[in-house]
Parts: sequence; structure tokens; C-alpha cells
Amino acid sequence: MKIADKERIISNILLLTALSSIGALALITVFIFVEGLPVILKTGIFDFIFGMKWKPAKGIFSIFPMIAGSFAVMAGAMMVSVPFALCCSIYLAEFAGDTARKFIKPAIELLAGIPSVVYGFIGVTVLVPFVKNYIGGNGFSVLSCSLVLGVMVLPTITSISFDALRAVPASYREGALALGATRWQAVKMAVVPAAGSGIIAAVILGMGRAIGETMAVIMIAGNSLIIPLSPLDPVRTLTSNIALEMGYASGAHRQALFATGVVLFIIIMGLNVLATRIINRAVK
Amino acid sequence: MNCMTSNTKIKKHLINSIIAVSAVLLFMTPGAAHASGESRKLMIAGSTSVQPIAEKLAEHFMHKHPGIKIEVQGGGSSAGVQAAYSGAADIGMSSRELKPEEKQLKEFVVAYDAIVLIVHRDNAIENISREDIKKIFAFDITSWNGVSGSNNKGVITVLTREDGSGTRGAFEELIMGTAEIAARALVQDSTGSIREIVSNDIDGLGYISFGSLNERVKALAVDGVKPEMKTFQAKDDGSKYKVIRPFLLLTREEPAGAAKEFMNFIRSTEGVELIKKEGLVPAL
Repeated sequence: MKIADKERIISNILLLTALSSIGALALITVFIFVEGLPVILKTGIFDFIFGMKWKPAKGIFSIFPMIAGSFAVMAGAMMVSVPFALCCSIYLAEFAGDTARKFIKPAIELLAGIPSVVYGFIGVTVLVPFVKNYIGGNGFSVLSCSLVLGVMVLPTITSISFDALRAVPASYREGALALGATRWQAVKMAVVPAAGSGIIAAVILGMGRAIGETMAVIMIAGNSLIIPLSPLDPVRTLTSNIALEMGYASGAHRQALFATGVVLFIIIMGLNVLATRIINRAVK
Repeated sequence: MNCMTSNTKIKKHLINSIIAVSAVLLFMTPGAAHASGESRKLMIAGSTSVQPIAEKLAEHFMHKHPGIKIEVQGGGSSAGVQAAYSGAADIGMSSRELKPEEKQLKEFVVAYDAIVLIVHRDNAIENISREDIKKIFAFDITSWNGVSGSNNKGVITVLTREDGSGTRGAFEELIMGTAEIAARALVQDSTGSIREIVSNDIDGLGYISFGSLNERVKALAVDGVKPEMKTFQAKDDGSKYKVIRPFLLLTREEPAGAAKEFMNFIRSTEGVELIKKEGLVPAL
């Protein structure tokens, strides 16, 4: 066999492997939509998304409180996480010495390796009682969720922003310094703006991670079916709605949980597409 | 974490199907068929609340008695009573007491499904009225101030199970009646987490099945009656614990043959263990 043929066979095998993962994605997508769409269409898209009542026993399926809940928790997590992650990545990329970076960066990335049930467990045994006793409400709240999720998405945002800052050409820094800027001024006025779209993409990917998190949220959110109007209100997110009720759900109830999945799928796809677009634009 | 629950489910299904397949295989071996005579069929239909435990018992029973095939169907308690009358099923299932005009059916108590209200051990309350429970879960009463017998001053942390849960179904039927559990109530997807939260929250109030009660929480008397075996089986109205429903098997005639064997199995150590595992109270 000619070498060229061998090469072609191997490249085709690799192509097939690559396609199989896309195939899995396609199957999942089709499955979720086939299972979930009938309920959405039966309820009406508008009523399903903007209705207030979720009463599976009576066949009423509307998920607005959970959409609101997911976004509330996500926004809270970003408020906690973004300032820390940003400062952290700037320090690591621009100021830290090699020794400090070699220690701090893996330590932050280790946060991503802790299973979410552990975060949830710490949240429910430490944070929830703390919030109840010292801040108010019953502890199961948007606030508790935001704090825990904020820590959970810290590594995602930090490491992607770090890469974005590192990708800024050295000439930007040198130029600023040559103009008489201090190191901080160079970072603030030249490096961070140049890495801006990468940092925004990092934040958006962090949002996707926060909105998709399930286990930790179930344990500390309280899962009430209300729109949270205060940080101390309990909240139910789209993900926890699915995980909470799938145990005994059957028939239309089960389909409605898939329909919740459809909405979640669209939100997360949207966030990912947005992040990819921003990164691509920056590269150009 | 989702994966974990679905994994255990898949495992359960696998085990179930292995049991089913091995039962079939046993039946197909000539020796086994000879030993147990020709195959007999038992049709059970009725309450969907009784269905899960009946299916579980049937599964283990069939494993031991390969010559008998039991089919369990839902339909509701009234349908179960009807089916036992008409002979459409060999055995009817009911999760409510029989009405006087239905009393000519032969009753067999599989188990009691008792719901106990639980609070923190440091809460001074010992007794609560059914009316108060209803008002608390509907959020007409929100503070322990409004509940007699409690020394707490805080806002009640109201805990309920998720939609679709059998325990929630029983609670709604026995306590709430036509009233609805308020959307603000915190929702947890397992008896364990409700018990855990109540044991940590001085203001907690939740409900669990009697079988899952432990010493970390305090069970309340309801309308002056303590939840215990004696009061579950009391005949007179005053000393009977009210938040309870029997799981009944109904037959038109005195049970005989396969039906009798199945009932004997339910009373056997193995049957009683299965019932306890489901969080139900075995009948004596």
C-alpha cells in the first residue's frame, strides 16, 4: 500500500471519530426536542415561557419563575465572581513572578475539580445557616447560591481571561512603558482593553457554567416556585427543576421537564455561540 | 449528579430485568415447571400509590414462585374497588379506607402509609392541629408566633416534597384537601434532605413518612394523637392517628391459592423488609 493511501485511511478514521462526537450532540438535540416540543406547543410557546404557574398534578406547565430564577442566580454569581476573577487573572498575567504563578494558577484551577455536590454540601451545612442567622430569611436563597456559584465559576473566568491577557503582544506593554506609563497604567490602558473581547468571552462562558450548574444549586436554593424579588428569597432554577422532579415524573410531566431542557439548551447554546463569536471577532 | 441518580435508576432497571429474565428462565426449565405445577396468573389493579410497593413485592414473589405470574396495573383506588367487585382483577388495590357500602370485600392491609410532621428538637411544640398544618403550608400562618405550643418566634421554614412524590401526594390528600401548598414553600427531593434541614433549622417544619423518622428530629402529635403503631391501628376515632392511609389489597372472596400465597409472602420477613425499605409501616 502506498504511503499516501495509508495517510488517507488514517485521516478518514480520525474524521469519523471527530464526527461521532458531533453525532452524539445531534442525537441529544433531536431527543430533547422531540420529547419536549409537544408540551411547549400544547401549552403555547408564550404561555410556557411567560406563564407563572407550574402545577404538574393539574397539567399546568409554565416556567417563567424558573427562567427568572436561573438568571437571578447567574447574575449574582457574576457579581461575586467577575471582580475576583479579573483581578486574579491580571495579577497572574502581568504582575506575578514565576514562582507565585506556578503555585496560584493550579490552585485556582483545582477549584474546578471539586465535585459540585461537595460545594452544595458545604453550602447547606455552613453557608445556609450563616445567612439565616446573620443576614436573614431562611438561608436557602439567591444570595447563598450566588456565593457558591461565584466560587465555582472562578476558575473558568480566571483561566480564560488569563489566556486572553497573555495573548496581548509584548509590544503593547513596551509601547506604553516607553511612553512613560507605570506598569499599572500600561495594564489598565493598553493590555486590558486589548484583551477586552477575550475577557468578555470568559465572562459569558462563566455565565453558561453558572446557569448549567445543578447539584449545588438544588441543595442550597430552596427550590420554591416563586420569582425571587430579594436576594434572600428562595429560588428554583431550570436545571434544578429537571433534576428535582424527574424521579417520579411520567407522561406529560416528564415531557414538560424535557421542555424545560429545551429552554435551557437554547439559553446555553446562545451564550456559547455569543462567546465564540466574540473570540473570533477578536482574533480577526 | 443527575447522572448519578439516573445511573442508579438504570442499575435498578437492570437488576429488575435480570430478575425478570431469570424468573422466565427458571420457568422455562422443565424441572422448575414441574415442581410448581402449571403457570398461574394473578391480576392486580387499582391505586397508583400502592402500585410501586405491589410491583416490588410481586417481583420478589415471582422470583421465588416461578409458577405464578403477577401483573400489576394502576387505575386508582376506586377502579381497584370496582375491579375486585367485578372480578376484572383477582386483587384490587386501594390507598383509602373502604366506604361502608364497599365493606363486603375482603380487606388485607399491606402496610400503612403514615405521614409525620417533624420539627427541630429544640422547638417546644409537641402537638399541632390539622387546621394549623393546613394554614402553615398554604402560608396563611407564616410565623411560629401564630402556632400554639411553640416557644419559637421566627418565620417558619416550610419544607415540602417535589411534585410527583408519593409522600407529597399522601400529604396533600390527608391534610391539604382542596387547599394548595404555597409556591413559597421550600422544595426538597428526598425525605433525607427534609429531615436534615429540619434537624439543623430551629424554625423548620416538614413532613416525612413514618418509616424514615429518626431521633434527630421531633415528630409532632396531630390533633392530640401521637404517631405510633398503637394509634395507627386504633379503631375508635378519638385515639386514631389521622394522617395515615392504609394500603389495601381487596378480594371478593376469602383469598385462596396464588392470592393467598402472595399475601403470606407480604407477611414474611422478606416482604416486611421490602415494605420497610419503601418507608412504609408494615401491618402487624
